[in-house]
Amino acid sequence: MSEKTKTSEECSRRQFFTHISIALGSIAAVMVGIPIVGSILAPIVKKPRPIWRPVGELKSFTVGDIVKVSFIDSSPLPWAGVTAETAAWLHRKGQEEFTCFAVNCAHLGCPVRWVAGAKLFMCPCHGGVYYEDGSVAAGPPPRGLYNYPVRLHNGQVEILTSPIPITTI
Amino acid sequence: MGSLKRAWLWFEDRTGLMGAIGPIIKHPVPANSASWFYVFGSATLFAFMLQVATGVALAFMYVPSAGEAYQSLQYITDQTTFGRIVRGMHNWGASAMILLLGIHMIRVYMTASYKFPREMHWISGVVLWALTVIMAFSGQVVRWDQTAVWSMIVAAEQAGRIPFIGTWVADFLIGGGTIGAATLSRMFAYHVFIVPALLFLFIGFHLYLVIKNGISEFPQAGKPVDPKTYREEYKALVKKKGIPFWPDAAWRDMVFGFIVITTILLIAIIIGPPALGPPPNPSNLDALPVPDWYFIFYFAFLALMPPAMETYLMVFGPLLVGALLFFLPFISNKGERSPLRRPWAVAIVALTIVSISGLWAIGISSPWSPHFDAKPLTVEIIGADSGPIYRGGMDFNEKGCLYCHTISGQGGLRGPDLTYIGDRLSADELTWRIMNGGLNMPGFGGTLTNKELSDLVIFLKSRTKEH
Ligand code: FES
Repeated sequence: MSEKTKTSEECSRRQFFTHISIALGSIAAVMVGIPIVGSILAPIVKKPRPIWRPVGELKSFTVGDIVKVSFIDSSPLPWAGVTAETAAWLHRKGQEEFTCFAVNCAHLGCPVRWVAGAKLFMCPCHGGVYYEDGSVAAGPPPRGLYNYPVRLHNGQVEILTSPIPITTI
Repeated sequence: MGSLKRAWLWFEDRTGLMGAIGPIIKHPVPANSASWFYVFGSATLFAFMLQVATGVALAFMYVPSAGEAYQSLQYITDQTTFGRIVRGMHNWGASAMILLLGIHMIRVYMTASYKFPREMHWISGVVLWALTVIMAFSGQVVRWDQTAVWSMIVAAEQAGRIPFIGTWVADFLIGGGTIGAATLSRMFAYHVFIVPALLFLFIGFHLYLVIKNGISEFPQAGKPVDPKTYREEYKALVKKKGIPFWPDAAWRDMVFGFIVITTILLIAIIIGPPALGPPPNPSNLDALPVPDWYFIFYFAFLALMPPAMETYLMVFGPLLVGALLFFLPFISNKGERSPLRRPWAVAIVALTIVSISGLWAIGISSPWSPHFDAKPLTVEIIGADSGPIYRGGMDFNEKGCLYCHTISGQGGLRGPDLTYIGDRLSADELTWRIMNGGLNMPGFGGTLTNKELSDLVIFLKSRTKEH
């Protein structure tokens, strides 16, 4: 049968083939796509559970001092190597009173340093500066340093691991 | 007929490859576009081919594991045969690709080759440019040293500023809440699978379009593009005055490409790859994350933008630039092509180059960063070895003043140079400024003892021209 004389039945038959082929292709793509794309997007929803990590004995911290403490982050994979490590600034304010600051600048996350002489946290990236209490002293940071929860547990100072603080609007 | 020739004829008969490719590479191009201005696109392609080849070679030796990638890079650089040169070529090839791509884009914009019927050439080119930027960034991250880790955090923080979905995007980028094993695997997948696959796709499309619509003729002032007649005119032009692309036009591409590739190789041999930074340990805070040279202007932009609007600039700035580039051919797709008749185009290019170079120059010295390694003031500079002036000078060293202020050529650049501050401010003004700060200076009222403060003021008062 030539093109010109095709019946309406032939036409709908062809349409049917077209539709069913496209539909089958799309369904197959969606079916395999769910696990593929899902596995890539998973980190958005699967949050690591915060864990208390000991960072040292109470007596090893001097009252009034701010020191860096290192610990293992909340979700170390076996092959993470040194990247599993993370740090925080720990301030022993009183006998049993602690404040713990994230090392990440609230501007864009660079590692702030405690400059003991100046009693300031300084960021190397774009010049963010914070006072001893974590509030902004100068530079672009839109807010003060983030805090991590601290507790005393059996004579050990423990820090609650948290995700890298992301400043949002 | 020799047996070799017979074999060739047999092969051609069964495959028809030469019959298919021959007319494509010999297609006629306008004689005046066989010019040295037109070599940058092909040179970008050559640089990309080198990136593919060196990238594959690196993949033979690199370990995309957060705990071992750094060691594998050390191994590639120091212990393998030619690994240092391959890594060097991959690094400098990336630089070359960015640079050549930029020049190619500027050339296309200046000669308005994006106008009818080549709008899609430009748009596919903009996509290729964006993909190349992603390659450049992810390439720095898979280098997986200290700077890589912190750059990744900075990138995630920028993504975090996107309204509503910021945290999700940030988590998606670093693969969870923290930098670590997942981060590198993900960046590796982008850098070697996803983005290269897209690059191949869009390069193919870009080249297909060049064949389909032809290479643009070198523009002449007073010969505007009219979509109604352009195609006819172009056809007549290449028919009358066209030359075969291969080899009449292509030899220039080959000569320039040869120079580019040889230069990359020489730099890779002589200078070698960039030194690896310290290991990617996020608990080591002794870090000064500065990106590779082609991102330094953006780094400066991040530091200099006014904090009040930085979120908008950070999120919508790049979007706006991308959208402007993307939609350029729809803003104007006909009319004059010659830069002589498009003063605004010339001005825009000049302005872009000037502002990028300006930001770049500032970014290199980063005056906003405290200089943690500033050399302390010596007794000679202080001008006393005891008494209040001496003690004030020592306080200047120890209280962090020096990180931001320079005295007699030593110190940071963040705040004003204080070499002659004694001539400008009175003791009261100095005291007030130190106590309260201001203009991006922290107040030291809660930090200094009265004695330290008065010593500092006496010291600063002694910084005078006659001194
Ligand atoms: S990241 Fe600290 S000032 Fe920008």
